[in-house]
Amino acid sequence: MVIAAEPQFHVLAVDDSLFDRKFIERLLQKASCHVTTVDSGYKALEFLGLREGVEINDPDAVSTSPVIHQEVEVNLIITDYCMPGMTGYDLLKKVKESSACKNIPVVIMSSENVPARISRCLEEGAEEFFLKPVRLADLNKLKPHMMKTKLKNQKLEEIETPSKDESGTAAAVVEPEVNNLTEIGIKILPLQSEVEPKQVHLQVVQKEEQTMSNNKRKSVEEGLSTDRSRPRFEGITTAV
Amino acid sequence: MDAHVAQLQMQYRNYILSLYQQGFLDDQFTELKSLQDDGSPDFVAEVLSLFFDDCVKLVGNMARALDQTGTVDFSQVGANVHQLKGSSSSVGAKRVKGLCINFKELCEAKNYEGCVRCLQQVDIEYKTLKAKLQDMFNLEKQIVQAGGIVPQVDIN
Repeated sequence: MVIAAEPQFHVLAVDDSLFDRKFIERLLQKASCHVTTVDSGYKALEFLGLREGVEINDPDAVSTSPVIHQEVEVNLIITDYCMPGMTGYDLLKKVKESSACKNIPVVIMSSENVPARISRCLEEGAEEFFLKPVRLADLNKLKPHMMKTKLKNQKLEEIETPSKDESGTAAAVVEPEVNNLTEIGIKILPLQSEVEPKQVHLQVVQKEEQTMSNNKRKSVEEGLSTDRSRPRFEGITTAV
Repeated sequence: MDAHVAQLQMQYRNYILSLYQQGFLDDQFTELKSLQDDGSPDFVAEVLSLFFDDCVKLVGNMARALDQTGTVDFSQVGANVHQLKGSSSSVGAKRVKGLCINFKELCEAKNYEGCVRCLQQVDIEYKTLKAKLQDMFNLEKQIVQAGGIVPQVDIN
């Protein structure tokens, strides 16, 4: 498999205002992300291969979206809250309800500071809630969230390719990686509980991760990006 | 360095500083400038252009909404104010944003005269800002044409 030199995060940005789309697009590009912008929640769902909650692999679905959408990896969805028709909150719910997309981190943006709104979004599974105008510093907080899905997708690809070891071991590769990210203060709630029994297989990975987790977030990301994980994990699976 | 360029650069610096000091711009504008780079050299100009287009559109909407002899739909006016507040906030148009905050309260209070007056102020304010920023861009052009580089102005 081809390993990219730099992690290219792909962000789907949703906002009904042209102005805001232009703004968030530039911000994301400046944060070194690939950006796709759409002007509504409906278009976002279409792009993700979900249409009105219907998944693309539903045989009864009449979808005009080409199958290619399934292969487009989205590492983050950032959406405005106030949009006509489908709000950012509605979009968040649809994404979290979909088995294909529920692991994609979702971030909500709003120009209004309404605590009830913020907590509702966070409870529904939004990773962050940003007040507009969003700043570059805010986006840098998102890299660990995006890295999580990126690495997870990589490992899932690896599991799919025939490996010498039982899939149990390969699957175990996923959890501790994520668990160690929690040491830098990122909430990875669902996965923590599954980690314990499998950690013992991957001491080498953990040791490397430990040193990295002591660094600031920014350098973690740099560390991970230059030191591309794939070869390391291949080494781990064979070593076990 | 060319004396002419140096003079233009100083003029530019002073002009930018005055825009901040007089409250036309705030540090969101600084943030905006920091997003411009060689890959996106016209970003600020593009975004400002979109902003001013928005101003024209939204002010028009609000004028129409307030012109309803009979019942004025204040929520409609408010929705437009909300949008304008958002975009002015994102470009660092400090005075326009400040007016929008007042405007919002006037809409909520359904204060017709207050809204009409505020709209007039918004109209004047965004046009004033537009002229000032045009002057700023002109200075930048002059500097470049004279062979110089547009300086980064440190607001602090």
